[in-house]
Amino acid sequence: MGKYYLNYLDELEAESIYILREVWAQFKNPVILFSGGKDSIVVTRLAQKAFYPLKVPFPLMHVDTGHNFPETIAFRDKLVKKLNTQLIVASVQESINQGRVLEEKGKNATRNSLQITTLLDVLEEKRIDCAIGGGRRDEEKSRAKERIFSHRDIFGQWDPKNQRPELWHLYNGAYQEGEHFRSFPISNWTELDIWNYIKREKIEIPSLYYAHKREVLWRNNSWIPFSKFLKIDNGEKVVSKKVRFRTLGDITITGGIESECDDINKIIQEVAAMRNTERGNRSDDKRSETAMEDRKKQGYF
Amino acid sequence: MIETNQLFRFTTAGSVDDGKSTLIGRLLYDSKSIFEDQLQAIEKTSSNKGFNGIDLALFTDGLKDEREQGITIDVAYRYFTTPKRKFIIADTPGHIQYTRNMVTGASTANAALILVDARHGVVEQTKRHSFIASLLNIPHIIVCINKMDLVDFDEKIYDELCNQFKEFSSKLLVQDIRFIPISALLGDNVVNRSEKMNWYQGAPLLHTLETMYIGSDTNRVDARFPVQNVLRPQRGEFMEYRGYTGKIESGVFRKGDEILVMPSGLTSKIKSIDMFEEALDIAIAPMSVALTLEDDIDVGRGDMIVRSNNKPEAVKEIVVMLCWLGNTPLNLKTRFNLQHTSNKQLAVIKEIIYKIDINTLERVEGDQELKMNDIAKVKISVARPIMVDTYRKNRNTGSIILVDTNSNETVAAGMIT
Repeated sequence: MGKYYLNYLDELEAESIYILREVWAQFKNPVILFSGGKDSIVVTRLAQKAFYPLKVPFPLMHVDTGHNFPETIAFRDKLVKKLNTQLIVASVQESINQGRVLEEKGKNATRNSLQITTLLDVLEEKRIDCAIGGGRRDEEKSRAKERIFSHRDIFGQWDPKNQRPELWHLYNGAYQEGEHFRSFPISNWTELDIWNYIKREKIEIPSLYYAHKREVLWRNNSWIPFSKFLKIDNGEKVVSKKVRFRTLGDITITGGIESECDDINKIIQEVAAMRNTERGNRSDDKRSETAMEDRKKQGYF
Repeated sequence: MIETNQLFRFTTAGSVDDGKSTLIGRLLYDSKSIFEDQLQAIEKTSSNKGFNGIDLALFTDGLKDEREQGITIDVAYRYFTTPKRKFIIADTPGHIQYTRNMVTGASTANAALILVDARHGVVEQTKRHSFIASLLNIPHIIVCINKMDLVDFDEKIYDELCNQFKEFSSKLLVQDIRFIPISALLGDNVVNRSEKMNWYQGAPLLHTLETMYIGSDTNRVDARFPVQNVLRPQRGEFMEYRGYTGKIESGVFRKGDEILVMPSGLTSKIKSIDMFEEALDIAIAPMSVALTLEDDIDVGRGDMIVRSNNKPEAVKEIVVMLCWLGNTPLNLKTRFNLQHTSNKQLAVIKEIIYKIDINTLERVEGDQELKMNDIAKVKISVARPIMVDTYRKNRNTGSIILVDTNSNETVAAGMIT
């Protein structure tokens, strides 16, 4: 071995694996929050590497708004089968049926913020003490302040001004009954790091990330996929376009970009040259300047 | 030799007014790490505030309160990449009451950027930050003499300030100090070389960060492997498999090495070094791997695997430089969970040996009160032995945190002496 240093991807990977192993050691009942998006897929892959030859020792938990891309669900089920692990579905529809949350009204209604209640209810019901998320600090300004082991009070709330200091790589996961933690093993990765890693590890991702023909309509400066959940205004026109998605969320709020990138190398080139942040196409973040911070304080992931 | 594609972590320290946020904004902006939608949002806010042009400092604003009050409350992490390196910035607030944040940001940094306002020179805050940087053993310090545009880019003033800083820093233990005259506001010597300071022969800041040698920042000598978990699949071809997971904190391990498990003192040989489906012949810090041993011996979380001929000390009493981070002052009766590598043990503070006046760097003896942001040398008793090196020698096996067993808060961070 000629070199005595790791390249940045190896070092990021080593750090993330270390964090996942700390989660396993320090908590009784952790889950991976799995959305079917690239970040939670990478977290799952890292967990696979961290515990091999053991199978991933965490169930995957999907907060299901009911407004899914069919491709995401198919991908999720296939992966769960391959990993031979447990899937926990936290259903927003059930929360609505039980009267725990009220559906938003109007054209821009989404189930995005309803997920908070569903998530917190299921965490409590299943006595989950740590939810591992794919959040990255480069994604959004309030996430830049997030800890790797992030404490939540008994109401599931995040108190950004009163976080535990986190030094070296000594993580403090101590909590009182009823409280829980969120853990973010890929905090220090950027969007481009994720793509480079997906390429290097040959990780399978949903087809939605690659350019494909789709029925879409132009709204809030991006191409919103046509689906049965979408209320179409007079004047809005459904057209067929070649698009791909940079992030995957609810089908009602995830905007696509026009793209010809149909393989990983082209995506990496496109991302490297991209002049807008990936969440720029997410209408959930555009509601106000502090939309993410406000939701996170309440318990959003 | 310049190694490309390395990860480089640095921390920035400065007060509200010496242009720290502007400097980071400038680094991100000139290295083209700012996206258009971020830029648009900031242009809008800048003009709302009546700012002429864009206020680069806004790039580093995060939380709602910070934007409203125009201050930074908490450590924020920023990322940018150049063809040579990926950078992680721990952007820490400069106020006196936020020393704990600077300690946090400094704990993992390869380098610290310290900003000095060219008009004001070395002030108390500069001294505090430099002291913390040296206390946390940050290998490199880059002193940016900022706002050179406000002193007519005067070489004499720059030289004077460098001397002022050197004089003061001779009392500190820092391996590598460099100076760069900059104007964060105008961009001189940040990414691009200044045309107004031809008298400065050194490299601009970004180039310095890209090329600084960090190979010796990691301890390559003392092989240390704290065990995180035990992997026992107990199925199929892995029926007999027993792997010990962990991160190599320092040094090198090779297949076949004679090892010692501490504190038990049991010995064995490394049978394999596993990284997922791959078996390695050699592994270096900071890799995360799983080790298997030739002998079936008792090893668990909190134990440390080391090479037989190079051991840390197993001790139940340590003397540390402690930075108090808790909101409430130390109560000497409190029991703590001390976290050191993967080891967690009950501990109490036996004695405050002396405190340090962070402004004069002088020792204060006889003061038994420790409150937030205080730094003191203390003696700690631990219930069971922990395997330690001195912090100067090894940042990973020489550091501890104290967690209050009642509140669960992380109340102190310590460097073993």
